[in-house]
Amino acid sequence: MNFLKRTIPLIIAFVMGVLMAMQYYVPHKLSQDLLEVVSRWDRIIAGFAVFIGAYSLFHLHWTRIKRKVEGWGYSVFVYFGAIITLIFGFLNGGKFFWNDKQEGTMFDWLYSYVQVPAGATIFSILAFFIASAAYRTFRARTNESTVLLIAAVIVMLGRVPIGNYISHYIPAVADWIMAVPNLAAKRGILLGVSLGAIATSLKIIFGIERSYLGGGD
Amino acid sequence: MNVLKKSFFITTIFSIPFFITTVLFAQLPAFIIPPAEFNAFDTPNDAGETISLTWSASPSDAPDVFYILYIDKDKNGAFEKEAIRIKSNTSYRTGAPEIYGYKKGNGNYHYVQIFPRKVFNGETIDKRQVYYFKLAMVAGDSKIILDTIASARPHGNWLHMKKINNFVIMVMLSAIILYFIVHARRNPNMFLRKIGGLDAVDDALGRATEMGKPVLFVHGLTSMGSISTIAAISILGKIARKIADYDANLKVVNNDPIVMSVSQEVVKESYLEAGRPDAYNPDNVFLVASEQFPYVAAVGGIMTRERPAANFFVGYFYAEALILAETGASTGAIQIAGTDAYTQLPFFITTCDYTLIGEELYAASAYLSREPMLMGTLRAQDAGKGLLFFILILGTILASFGLTFITHLFEAF
Repeated sequence: MNFLKRTIPLIIAFVMGVLMAMQYYVPHKLSQDLLEVVSRWDRIIAGFAVFIGAYSLFHLHWTRIKRKVEGWGYSVFVYFGAIITLIFGFLNGGKFFWNDKQEGTMFDWLYSYVQVPAGATIFSILAFFIASAAYRTFRARTNESTVLLIAAVIVMLGRVPIGNYISHYIPAVADWIMAVPNLAAKRGILLGVSLGAIATSLKIIFGIERSYLGGGD
Repeated sequence: MNVLKKSFFITTIFSIPFFITTVLFAQLPAFIIPPAEFNAFDTPNDAGETISLTWSASPSDAPDVFYILYIDKDKNGAFEKEAIRIKSNTSYRTGAPEIYGYKKGNGNYHYVQIFPRKVFNGETIDKRQVYYFKLAMVAGDSKIILDTIASARPHGNWLHMKKINNFVIMVMLSAIILYFIVHARRNPNMFLRKIGGLDAVDDALGRATEMGKPVLFVHGLTSMGSISTIAAISILGKIARKIADYDANLKVVNNDPIVMSVSQEVVKESYLEAGRPDAYNPDNVFLVASEQFPYVAAVGGIMTRERPAANFFVGYFYAEALILAETGASTGAIQIAGTDAYTQLPFFITTCDYTLIGEELYAASAYLSREPMLMGTLRAQDAGKGLLFFILILGTILASFGLTFITHLFEAF
């Protein structure tokens, strides 16, 4: 059992890890074909995983409805939305699902006029959250937050026309803040992230990091 | 009147040569000066599907002058198939630094790549087929076809020579990391600087246990193929183990079914390790939505309804980062975030109590487990940073003295 649960996955991780790392340096068609095959496997596995995800989602909400936990009405709505979408998906504008997907069907209408606006609504909340988060951050209680406040005010003014009306220097200083201290910090983080990613990849390839298999060792 | 006649006569006499020259040059093809050199070769470092063609720029190059490349499978063929047509003031070698580097003279030569199989789409072509090319220059009705026939056979390459620099860096960094991993076995007592966010994990879990409220672990949006998701899974395993010890309640929300399956397995194993397999509930590791904003709405709803005592946001996040963290902050939960998405870091720093910045996310697994071999990689990362720092200083000094070769030495193609 340990062989199946540990050794074989570790061998697969090692072989595929080394193979795909080397694939990056080999431009030959065989190498490109290998990448295509592996990517296809990935998509097929992801396709099957959708069923697991759907099962998890519906099982969770069914349990919530059955136990009448707080907010179980939302779970009813999950089923309602899923069933409606499935029905119109299968109907496929009267051509049914075994034909190619039709354009301008009720399924498309649900996507364009329900899902997209709903997503946009959630996204728009971000504007208010940015304001509240900025208010908390810019309360100049320490020297660091004072520097942050001043830098933020300059950058914000430098990005709008009024900044240029106040002084021609404001957009220039804003550009300098973005191009020098901000970029330096960003690159510093990126260098650390890249090294961390390489180290993590090697730990996985050589079987040192096994926690993704379940358990610590 | 005489003066007027004289002026007209002189003007006419002087205008005749100008008129004749203009008419002659406008009609004769000799007005177009053809390129002096024309060559074809197999494109280096490719899969064997393209042929590169290069020719010297002509003084006649202009936006209304065109180059046409004709292709044929036979050297003595009719050369009727047009492979490509470009404006004569475009497509220079400067656009192909992976082949010609950054030499000053690159702007004096044109360069194009041709996919012969696409040109002969649908035709049966032998693998060892040699292709022949003729270059024509066209300006209005005038057309000059060069006598030179250039030929090449495309073939695949087994090593991308321009990625050698990348390969060498990878081997060097890998050697450093493996050395420190082996070294860590012999010297397990390694100093690790304190990471506030990870030290606070115990406090956050303790608070959740005391309050009898759940701990919410929120995955980022990337799939299992992302390194940050794998790092998040490692952290989840360690947190789940502690939660099993504390007998607290863990909820893990996912937006990817594969990440969910792996998370379920990892949490289950952690409970088993803690000797509390009975406490594991697979329904607590669940998929809430597979799209970005439905995921945000669902997780936000869980936060406001169940009011977890601690929220962990670990992985790669996009625009949802601030919405999730701000919602969590409004419920009064202790919040610990860890991400390598530098665009979202300011939002987490603003709204969370502790934030693992960039590489700290990858260090978390070693920090929490204190396993010597995992800690060895942290020292290797520091050594790697030292090496990069040295190269940056060296590059700055060389560039200050006008030596810019190092600028392209590490360039990735």
